[in-house]
Amino acid sequence: MSDSEVRSRPVSGRRARVVQVAVPLGFLGVFFAWPLVSIFAHSLRADAIGNVLTDPTLQRVAWFTLWQAVLSTILTLVVGLPAAYVVARFDFRGRRAFRAFVTVPFVLPTVVVATAFLAMLRPGGPLAFLHWQRGVAPMLIAHVFFNVAVVVRTVGGFWANLDPRREEAARMLGASRFRAFRHVTLPLLSPSIIAAASIVFLFTFTSFGVALLLSDPGHATLEVEIYRQAVELFDLRTAAALALVQIVAVLAVVFALARAQERRAVAQRLVGGADAARRPRGREKVVVGGVLAATTLFLGGPLAVLVWRSLRIGGHWSLGSYRALGSGASTNTLFVSPWAAVRNSVEFAVIATVIALVVGGLASVAIASRPGGATRSFDAFLMLPLGTSAVTVGFGFLIAFEHAPGSLATSPLLVPIAHAVVAIPFVVRAVVPALRSIDPKLRDAATMLGAGPRRVWREVDLPITARAFAVAAGFCAAVSLGEFGATLFIARPDWPTVPIAIQRFLARPGEINVDQALAMSVVLMFLTAAVVFAIERVRVRDLGEL
Amino acid sequence: MKRTIVVLAAALVLTAACGTSSKPAAHPATVSSTAKAAPRITTVRLLTHSSFAVSKDVLADFAKQTGYTVKLVQPGDAGVMVNEAILTKSHPVADALFGVDNTFLTRALDAGIFDPYAAAGLDTVPKTLQVDNEHRVTPIDTSNVCVVYDTSWFGHDGRPPAPKSFDDLVDPRYKKLTVVENASTSSPGLAFLLATIAAKGENGWRAYWTALKGNGVRVDDDWTGAYETDFTAGGANGDRPIVVSYGSDPAADVVGSSPHRDTTKVGVIPSTCFGQTEYAGVLHGAHNVPGARAFVDFMLTRRFQEDMPLQMYVNPIVAGAKLPAVFTQFEVDPPHPYSIDPATISAKRNDWIKEWTDLVVQ
Repeated sequence: MSDSEVRSRPVSGRRARVVQVAVPLGFLGVFFAWPLVSIFAHSLRADAIGNVLTDPTLQRVAWFTLWQAVLSTILTLVVGLPAAYVVARFDFRGRRAFRAFVTVPFVLPTVVVATAFLAMLRPGGPLAFLHWQRGVAPMLIAHVFFNVAVVVRTVGGFWANLDPRREEAARMLGASRFRAFRHVTLPLLSPSIIAAASIVFLFTFTSFGVALLLSDPGHATLEVEIYRQAVELFDLRTAAALALVQIVAVLAVVFALARAQERRAVAQRLVGGADAARRPRGREKVVVGGVLAATTLFLGGPLAVLVWRSLRIGGHWSLGSYRALGSGASTNTLFVSPWAAVRNSVEFAVIATVIALVVGGLASVAIASRPGGATRSFDAFLMLPLGTSAVTVGFGFLIAFEHAPGSLATSPLLVPIAHAVVAIPFVVRAVVPALRSIDPKLRDAATMLGAGPRRVWREVDLPITARAFAVAAGFCAAVSLGEFGATLFIARPDWPTVPIAIQRFLARPGEINVDQALAMSVVLMFLTAAVVFAIERVRVRDLGEL
Repeated sequence: MKRTIVVLAAALVLTAACGTSSKPAAHPATVSSTAKAAPRITTVRLLTHSSFAVSKDVLADFAKQTGYTVKLVQPGDAGVMVNEAILTKSHPVADALFGVDNTFLTRALDAGIFDPYAAAGLDTVPKTLQVDNEHRVTPIDTSNVCVVYDTSWFGHDGRPPAPKSFDDLVDPRYKKLTVVENASTSSPGLAFLLATIAAKGENGWRAYWTALKGNGVRVDDDWTGAYETDFTAGGANGDRPIVVSYGSDPAADVVGSSPHRDTTKVGVIPSTCFGQTEYAGVLHGAHNVPGARAFVDFMLTRRFQEDMPLQMYVNPIVAGAKLPAVFTQFEVDPPHPYSIDPATISAKRNDWIKEWTDLVVQ
């Protein structure tokens, strides 16, 4: 190692760090913070904040929003962790397909899933014995259904890289299976569990579609209340005040979780997925089979109802719904053919994924390499879009970009950009735990052997985090394919995505429209599974080359 | 890797710069374009709700007649759209607006988003529907929000006959059979509340709703949930045979039947209908004022008016426009639906909604 290299390292390091922070801040600054500040500047007033904080009805709404989100998060972890364990630790036939399958519910349009849920709960449905109507219980279950993917993929991806020999060593030393898990694996795993929990919490805290369709009007969330105030009552001041309350609550939780995640991070030896997973033996087969069966039943039930209904017309089996989609008869409803919507969705997903991986990847490196207060604020800021009212940001977009040149304000590119804003937190949550867990001694060793910072990143960090990036890429694509609220606001009518097309069908009366909405949902299901499956394949090949 | 980062950072800086610098830049551009004989703007931007639909060849005819192509801006439902128009008043996102109805009208007028324009063809529109003397808005279509029911569900197996009035809905024989929409999140929900206020009076509607609640009415947050999932004759074999929806539903049910039927499964109670009128107008500050005016004119032509029923399930407003056969045969369009003056609606709407919420939802 020559003197010049020693001197050059901190310089290029500093420059790299500036880029790592500036790019994410610039991107979210323009496309998230600026719209939010614009709408607050337009309609936030001190007296409205006071009114909101003292209104007993709104207090009840805030309290309900909080406890249902906490409960939803806990339930999602309970359902998701066993599946994460099985996927991470065991090699079984159809493992990749299972991982893709788990992701499908995450992207399905709420309205379609709500219909499937209610069909199962109705008299004559398979779950009629529960005697449930719209209310808190179906809402919580739907939250679990949608978000299990977050736990399975985020925690499962991390778990797969944990060296199983630590736990095996504890077992050899006489610890029971439970004790070994409790005292060895769980502490190592906890950063990724916290990461998943924080995402699930944000999603369910800002629940809109599920709350609107599956809960009863007596149990509204803050997000529903903001929409009600802004859109139906034209009370933008109350809406802005509520949005601010929502953001403060979200920030508090995100800060606490980011801190916990950081504190629990332990540098450890991570291994490539191939040697950590093995075929189940003996009693493990029962566990693996049981977990797979239960998860498949829970997630697959509503999906099966959807597929089944899309194939039934007037009480008979028929492909008529799909033929109607293909015939172009619906072009007037959508302004373009349904297949154009599919193409738009795929293209938007690719662009959004690339943007989110680059911006989120840079941010992750910055966060992982520098613990501390400033980093926590940076991290929380990146998470904020997930916890911010979509209708608030949507209206903010209008005000912020009304002066922008026509090409930007009406560009179809705004759609993947908005998707990327939502997807970046997934990249950060998936990649940071992996980066933090890299033993600094590995990097030091590489540096000692003469590698520059970029080389260290390429040779040490990237191979170890490749899996986390793949998990993140799958999520980005899924987020983009399924995003609805922001897309509705900014999508041009002649560039609809698949969820927008489904909404258009469902907004019209008549069976033929419902049929086509269901067929389109099944298309979205398989599209998602295919995209996620494809991303997983790419990952394996990349790992092999490195 | 590094090169990508630099390019991306540069792009971001540029985007940010564009965003902040565009304000001064936009104005010289407008000035110069008016100073020199500007190239004619060839597109008309129409701000409308997500239920707007029109046949492609009708829009093509408009383009042929006027030289303008229509570009749609559809940010969401009618409430979101009106909000968007008000929020972007100083730099409108469109030239014309279609789809503000009588429940939102006064709010939109008070916000000053429209410029007056007396459309060609206004003489064919009933005077009673021309609510604005300054012609800031032009009525385009009418529809009715009514209580509708599943015709096949009633009158057999010991079930009561089909309901005929508001009072039937609070009759114990119809207990737990009705689903309505939330008046604070859904436009048909609000129209139904207004219908009960018009029918039962300022003093009687609360008692009516208390009785309705006592009779097990279900409140859903939006129309899709009520009609497409809960209504027995909707898309999903629901469990409620009575729902608040539209007078055109029997016709829509036949048009959208799958497999095709020539009969309807949906009946309407005409004495429960609330009349809705949708309006269009030229937005204040529109870039393309002639284009916006031309499109408002076009919406009153028979070509557009006769296309609307099957596209949006609404009634033409101009005298002499022909209805499709399926509408003349199945649609219920009562001559005197309930109505409340738009100014009264605007003044009292939030109080009514709040009272209704406290009474029915909490």
